[in-house]
Amino acid sequence: MAMFDLTLIWALIIGFGVIMYVLMDGFDLGVGILFPFAPDEESRDLMMNSVAPVWDGNETWLVLGGAGLLGAFPLVYSVFLPALYIGVFLMLAGLIFRGIAFEFRFKSHRNRRWWNRAFCWGSAVASFAQGVVVGAYIQGFAVEDFVYVGGPLDWLTPFSVLTGLGLMAGYALLGATWLIMKTEGAVQAWAYRVAPRLLLAVLAVFAIISVWTPFVDAGVRERWFGHLHLIWVFPVLALVCAALLWRAIHQRREGQPFIATLGLFVFTYLGLLVSKWPVIVPPDYTIWDAASDPGSQLFLLIGVLFVIPIVLVYTAWTYWVFRGKVRPGEGYH
Amino acid sequence: MELDPLLLSRLQFAFVVAFHAIFPVFTIGLASYIALLNGLFFKTENPAWDRLALFWTKVFAVVFGMGVVSGIVMSFQFGTNWSNFSHAASNFLGPVLSYEVVTAFFLEAAFLGVLLFGRGKVPQGVHLFAAIMVATGTFISSFWILSANSWMQTPAGVELIDGRFHVTDWSEAIFNPSFWYRFWHMVLASFLTGGFVVAGVSAWYLLIRRDVEANRKALSMCLWLLLVLTPAQAVLGDFHGLNTLEHQPTKVAAMEGNWERSSNVPLLLFALPDQEAQENRFEVGIPNLASLILTHHADGEVPGISEVPPEEQPPVWLVFWSFRVMVGIGLAMIAVSLAGLWLRRGGRLYEHRGFLQLMRVMTVTPFIAVLAGWFVTETGRAPWLVYGMMTHAEGLTPSLTGGMALFTLIGYIGVYAVVFWAGVYYLTRVVRQGMLPDAPHDHEVERPKRPLSAAHVPFDDASRQPGRS
Repeated sequence: MAMFDLTLIWALIIGFGVIMYVLMDGFDLGVGILFPFAPDEESRDLMMNSVAPVWDGNETWLVLGGAGLLGAFPLVYSVFLPALYIGVFLMLAGLIFRGIAFEFRFKSHRNRRWWNRAFCWGSAVASFAQGVVVGAYIQGFAVEDFVYVGGPLDWLTPFSVLTGLGLMAGYALLGATWLIMKTEGAVQAWAYRVAPRLLLAVLAVFAIISVWTPFVDAGVRERWFGHLHLIWVFPVLALVCAALLWRAIHQRREGQPFIATLGLFVFTYLGLLVSKWPVIVPPDYTIWDAASDPGSQLFLLIGVLFVIPIVLVYTAWTYWVFRGKVRPGEGYH
Repeated sequence: MELDPLLLSRLQFAFVVAFHAIFPVFTIGLASYIALLNGLFFKTENPAWDRLALFWTKVFAVVFGMGVVSGIVMSFQFGTNWSNFSHAASNFLGPVLSYEVVTAFFLEAAFLGVLLFGRGKVPQGVHLFAAIMVATGTFISSFWILSANSWMQTPAGVELIDGRFHVTDWSEAIFNPSFWYRFWHMVLASFLTGGFVVAGVSAWYLLIRRDVEANRKALSMCLWLLLVLTPAQAVLGDFHGLNTLEHQPTKVAAMEGNWERSSNVPLLLFALPDQEAQENRFEVGIPNLASLILTHHADGEVPGISEVPPEEQPPVWLVFWSFRVMVGIGLAMIAVSLAGLWLRRGGRLYEHRGFLQLMRVMTVTPFIAVLAGWFVTETGRAPWLVYGMMTHAEGLTPSLTGGMALFTLIGYIGVYAVVFWAGVYYLTRVVRQGMLPDAPHDHEVERPKRPLSAAHVPFDDASRQPGRS
């Protein structure tokens, strides 16, 4: 048992699961956020078609992450969920509404308007709530003796509202670049128009958060302005991705904008992780404090190592099957 | 009145889990039935089996989708409202519940798509294999969930150090003393649910003369199954009760409405338990029968509720009456199954309109019985969350206020009301349009890879063209 640090392995697995979720559910949530701004109802059909075959596979990672946290880092589970109680409820309600909207919108004619609203509002609320989680994580939690002792709305600060809005903009950007890749004609032209604006919004929030975070958390300040200069590589790479994205949009590239947005997310995420590492329940608890018993981590690891490759293969296969452009009036067959 | 977060959290959990439980209890039974239908078609090549398999797979797809949607909330409830419990019990519950998720994903990733969308696209043998694997997957999922629940009822294989459970023996913890009883009781309950729903829907189709050949087959095979399973469930329930008597005597005392430990205890048919007075205000019973059932001796001793102090007693009226609802429905199920056997003489089974109507009505009873059964076992262990080791109050989230719990309780009721309305409304349409020779096949609704898409039924009538919104 001493040969491997199970906790470290689990931190990598959970870290991987989180970014997989953010990237994959991010673009389909983003499509939902952009829904009401689409040119017409036919575009909305196309937009929904472009994510319909993959969205529930994308949400797989959220449930896998939630269950994995309870098994491997129960302290995260038992602090984050009470602390973010109202936000968690809003996120779940949002995800449920947009989930059933996926199912019923195409089957509806008279009620389609309502399913449109459920899809858009569900996506927007869920995205905002997830962004708030990021903000709350940076702020840290009032924890005493492994128990959350703060109030029900401690998470709701100007800072977390900003991260909530920032993630909404980020997801919308992922959604817009996804649409550039997956559609053509009017929808694609529209996506080319909104993507630069969304990028500017994301960069604005990115800049404010970067300046603000060191004031929110002294540990982060120490890390960024201490002697570890190597970590500046992450924000630099994120900015490079943003520049590539800007150029790709203006050159009317189809695949590159989405790839560049993925890069923007990955490097921002890594930058956030190295700011906090190895703290997982800020401000005080590290991954080793939050871990469950080694026996429990090992027991679960066996199953997860078996299933993650299968999920990955299945995911890759699904995306391969549904590759190419979506076209009007064409289901996936 | 001060809002009590403990009471509200318990109500919320009961609501969320009861709402969720309706769906899997049906899909577990139905998955096996679909596998059986596919197997029969594979063997006999009689297209009636194929028509039945196709129809019930549509129903399965919708109900499975509803189960998944309502189940997402469950995995967060432990953390939001019961954070002390989830932190304390995570060493055991974390891996066990995660294994349920892992199993479900493995199943969905590999086989559900083939079952729902592979018909006619993959070889028939492969399709049958997928159906069998989906059915197996539902059992594995129930295995883990019931292991977690049974462990909370009869904890084993752990030690409690500084408020946290540490697993000392995984196999003792997973296969804890009440596990197998609970598991088989639930498996049979799922089969009974699937059996009564299929029988009820087939009876309705026979009443309106739709696909008579296939629906006669379906009704007949369900009634043979129910004829065996309804009494088997009664016997298994009795074993489960004896196991409960051994490990949770107070729960059994509450089920029997027996306040003082005594012998020659009657089986109460009706009583008004009065928790404050610690006695029944009015009772009608059959002498000695409770003693006979529980100890197999007429003068056997039955434990009493008041052996534990009032603050450690469950809400007796709820346990007492839920138990009677469950057993009453169970007995009615046996009677209906026997009536079906009797009507087979002279082939009256498919013609007797009164019996077919009765089967229609019986469709809802297994759901009520399952919920009543869960009410017995869950409220019956109160105030214990982990029996004898941790109470509900100790497991509650310390930072939770009554207002927060009320907000989310109302919220979940609202969300689920919409989901339930949409789901049941849609399911009704699937059944109404089911088993027709040339069922309308709306090409616009064809979206593969997700459960509900396999249903191919429009949500509403296209009486108005979609407007721009």
